Amino acid sequence: MHPAPSVIIFSSLSGAGFGLLFFLGIGMPGVTGWVAFVFYLIAYLLSVGGLLSAVFHLKNPKNAYLSYSQWRTSWLSREGWAAVAALLTMAVFAIGQIFFDTSLQPVGFIGAVLSLLTVFTTSMIYAQLKTVPRWNQLPATPAMFLTCSVAGGALLSGNVDPAFVFLILAGAVTAWHWTAGDKRFAQAGSTMNTATGLKGVISLWEKPHTGQNYLTREMVYQVGRKHAVKLRIIALILMAGLPALLVLLPMHHFMAAVAVLSHLAGVLVQRWLFFAEAEHVVGLYYGAHREKAAV
Amino acid sequence: MTALPATTAKKLGLVIDLDTCVGCHACVTACKGWNTQNYGAPLSDIDPYGEAEGTFLNRIHSFQSQPRAGLAQTTHFPKSCLHCDDAPCVTVCPTGASYKRAEDGIVLVNEDACMGCGLCAWACPYGAREVDQVQGVMKKCTLCVDRIYNDTLPEVDRQPACVRTCPAGARHFGDLADPTSDVSILVAERGGMDLMPEQGTKPVNQYLPPRPKDTIQPVMGGDEDILAPYLAPVAEEPKGLLAWVDRALEKL
Repeated sequence: MHPAPSVIIFSSLSGAGFGLLFFLGIGMPGVTGWVAFVFYLIAYLLSVGGLLSAVFHLKNPKNAYLSYSQWRTSWLSREGWAAVAALLTMAVFAIGQIFFDTSLQPVGFIGAVLSLLTVFTTSMIYAQLKTVPRWNQLPATPAMFLTCSVAGGALLSGNVDPAFVFLILAGAVTAWHWTAGDKRFAQAGSTMNTATGLKGVISLWEKPHTGQNYLTREMVYQVGRKHAVKLRIIALILMAGLPALLVLLPMHHFMAAVAVLSHLAGVLVQRWLFFAEAEHVVGLYYGAHREKAAV
Repeated sequence: MTALPATTAKKLGLVIDLDTCVGCHACVTACKGWNTQNYGAPLSDIDPYGEAEGTFLNRIHSFQSQPRAGLAQTTHFPKSCLHCDDAPCVTVCPTGASYKRAEDGIVLVNEDACMGCGLCAWACPYGAREVDQVQGVMKKCTLCVDRIYNDTLPEVDRQPACVRTCPAGARHFGDLADPTSDVSILVAERGGMDLMPEQGTKPVNQYLPPRPKDTIQPVMGGDEDILAPYLAPVAEEPKGLLAWVDRALEKL
């Protein structure tokens, strides 16, 4: 799948933003006044900034408001609802803490749950797609998005002990998603034979067109395979290893910033790989992924 | 509404004969022509005289299949929307632009509601949907909904442009829910098949597999050298004058 920067930035940043909102919502830390203002500013910049970035992925954004209509069937629509509900609920909680020095804790808990629900709905947009077996992993794909989000939120909110636990967990779940994902295409069972109904060893003899098209650029995209192992190691070190090490050391603001930036950079690499390594079954019609398919 | 209808009264669709298709791409051209000039946004071409690419609702792939024994075979493989009963492209749509019609099962896009997110194209295993690069909306086969019910056209033309134009008779249009329809009979007789059945999409369009090769000449194993009889030396041992020249040259 084509690793579009807008979508990668969206899922990485908004994941961390909603993770921070989760911790603020459950009162870890219970902040008020200017400190609360700075925390919420960071949380909303990340989550809303990520969501705005996703709008750049749309080819016809003027109809984006209609995406709230199909929540009964569409995870993308549900994500829109969850995001708005989480941001508005947490706004009420935030206004109480910033301006009135009061924590409406029940509202905070609801906002925290809605924040995680938003990350879950984002993950289900990918996990629901049977056409991309590497994404179609339950519960590994939602687990990867959620653990990364909570780990990022714990780091950003300065919860040192939970941060250590969730960073290690996020790293482990990511490694699980990769190793299980490497076998998913064969497990899904789509081959050039099932794609064409033809018997024997099938190869693409002639493409339908001389150039590229939307499908080949968007879904038959292959990139970074050569360095996949190196990038996986880099992602794990940056998103989990280094920040986990840093939170064990005595904390101050500079080290915390390094840990946060390292974590976000690692998650960006992880999300880039999430797209770049994903194989869409339509590739079989273009002679791709034959080495991945079941024999 | 992007919920799928529980049942559709008809299942209009195509039956594509992989035995008959000659890979001429006439259906591709007819499809592009009709759908550029009629329903919805035109199908754009990008840099047509350079690094050409563009939007097509129907594309012909050609495959080589090498059986375990015998000669390899080429099969031309037209591919367009299969108007699936369990269409994953419809349910993922967040705006309600994608829908499957309860009356005839045709899967369509309401371009006025499409935001061009491309999720339906990701959800389709067959590559039947493409975002038009100029218009920014999702394009897909409409089964020529603006031809098949069009009373202003002569009756013979009230079928999809690809079917109407196919010079080989490899494409057939009809109601696959009706077991007595021509297309249903064809599917039953020829062993029509679903593409990627493991994806669980229950496609309406059916593909007829290539027939077994005829046996007018003996079945070949693939190792035969058909030119060998013509290339063999005419005389193994030279005779007469040539034999004398040969011996004389040997002695030099």
